[in-house]
Amino acid sequence: MLVSSIDPKNIALVLHVKDNVAVALTNLARGQEVIIKRDNEELRIILLDDIMFGHKFALEDIPKGGYIIKYGEVIGRATRPIRKGEHVHIHNVVGLRGRGVSEVDIK
Amino acid sequence: MKIWGYPRPDGKVGIRNHVVIMPTVHCASETARRIAENIKAVWIDNQHGCAQLGLDLEVTERTLINIGKHPNVAAVLVIGLGCEQVRPDRVADKIASGGKLVEHLTIQDVGGTLKTIEKGINIARKFMQEISKLKREEVDISSITLAVKCGGSDATSGIIANPVVGYVADKLIDLGGRVVFGETPEIIGAEHILIRRALSKEVSDKLLRAVRKVEERVKEMGVDIRGANPSPGNILGGITTLEEKSLGAILKAGTKPLVEVLEYAELIPNTRGLYFMDTPGFDIAAVVGMIAGGAQIVIFTTGRGTPVGSPIAPVIKVTANPETYRRMEDNIDFYIAVIEGKETIKDAGEKLFKEMIEVINGKLVKAEILGHQEFTIYRIAPFV
Repeated sequence: MLVSSIDPKNIALVLHVKDNVAVALTNLARGQEVIIKRDNEELRIILLDDIMFGHKFALEDIPKGGYIIKYGEVIGRATRPIRKGEHVHIHNVVGLRGRGVSEVDIK
Repeated sequence: MKIWGYPRPDGKVGIRNHVVIMPTVHCASETARRIAENIKAVWIDNQHGCAQLGLDLEVTERTLINIGKHPNVAAVLVIGLGCEQVRPDRVADKIASGGKLVEHLTIQDVGGTLKTIEKGINIARKFMQEISKLKREEVDISSITLAVKCGGSDATSGIIANPVVGYVADKLIDLGGRVVFGETPEIIGAEHILIRRALSKEVSDKLLRAVRKVEERVKEMGVDIRGANPSPGNILGGITTLEEKSLGAILKAGTKPLVEVLEYAELIPNTRGLYFMDTPGFDIAAVVGMIAGGAQIVIFTTGRGTPVGSPIAPVIKVTANPETYRRMEDNIDFYIAVIEGKETIKDAGEKLFKEMIEVINGKLVKAEILGHQEFTIYRIAPFV
């Protein structure tokens, strides 16, 4: 298991030390500052978008074509540069699987 | 650890005691339903059984026979039309070979809907009285096979609900039981993790073959699996890609070694451990396949909420999303309060395990009380 418990004071969660995205544990607002722990490292992120409960935001700048890492594993690639604090979802990420093996369509 | 169940003639143990009215073809389904609704029998909504090709026909017949042989089923009345491919007499004979109460009728021979309903009710009511004499007995928990499933997933499924179910899966296997999971499209992107747990190279190859087959079929069709999976609801719930969904989905299967990869609706061997079944991701077809394989109980995690149940096995619905639980409490049996900081994954796992034992011993789940009997058999080829 990746997390064994959740502190209710936390408003977002990083699942794995390798991750470059966090998951919102409540609805978060654009402009809000989130202080979040990634292993022993404390990250301070100003949100650039509203982030709905369960949705992801970037912990660091991710270049176009860069891997999105959650659960310590690759979940897709950025279709355009993603800035730290930005909403990470289908508008800027594409999965690499499910369309033949390893076919990528980053234009 | 002991549970209370119904020992069957073939050595298996049921946790429910159903009379099943089973149409062998969709043409007999409405007649079968009307027989079932006149008495307290369950009914199988079979939409197939004829005009099917090759493997599709095999899958339909195997599913029906293995549902009939299922330990939660005490007696079966098979209803055929008379001219279909899946022969009612053959299905009845195969089910009866397990020592079960079985009879069959064909609508063309009996002479239409009304006469078949009347004759069917008369047979089924006698079955009902006969099986009511069976009593639960104390047996070992190693007789239990648990199916685990996630559907209508959101971000809480992969982070919390599936890991909690994974804890239950591990614990049942430690006690000698079996756990089965499926949904081949939803291990795409996580298969590299599962094959590390495969007991042999052969099992690992089988798993990779099953995944490749899904991807190739999608490519052949010239479509993109990503239009259907993740689903619109998954996306609204925060799941972006199929890989992300898969990485969360496999957590419900716990951490034990993978013993074997099974075909859809194939009987699960007696050996303890974790099994994978090659099923579609579509919830109802996946659940039916694993139950046909012999699972007596299902634990189903959902982030978005779902009413799905089964005519054969209790389906315990679990969510870790507080909003979903509030909205759909009449469908969801078990709420995990990890996100509110009220319990740990392990605490919730222990509680869910206890709930599972109660349901095994006879406590009804919400889907049973509401009468949910969803049933769909996997199909892969066109109708002819």
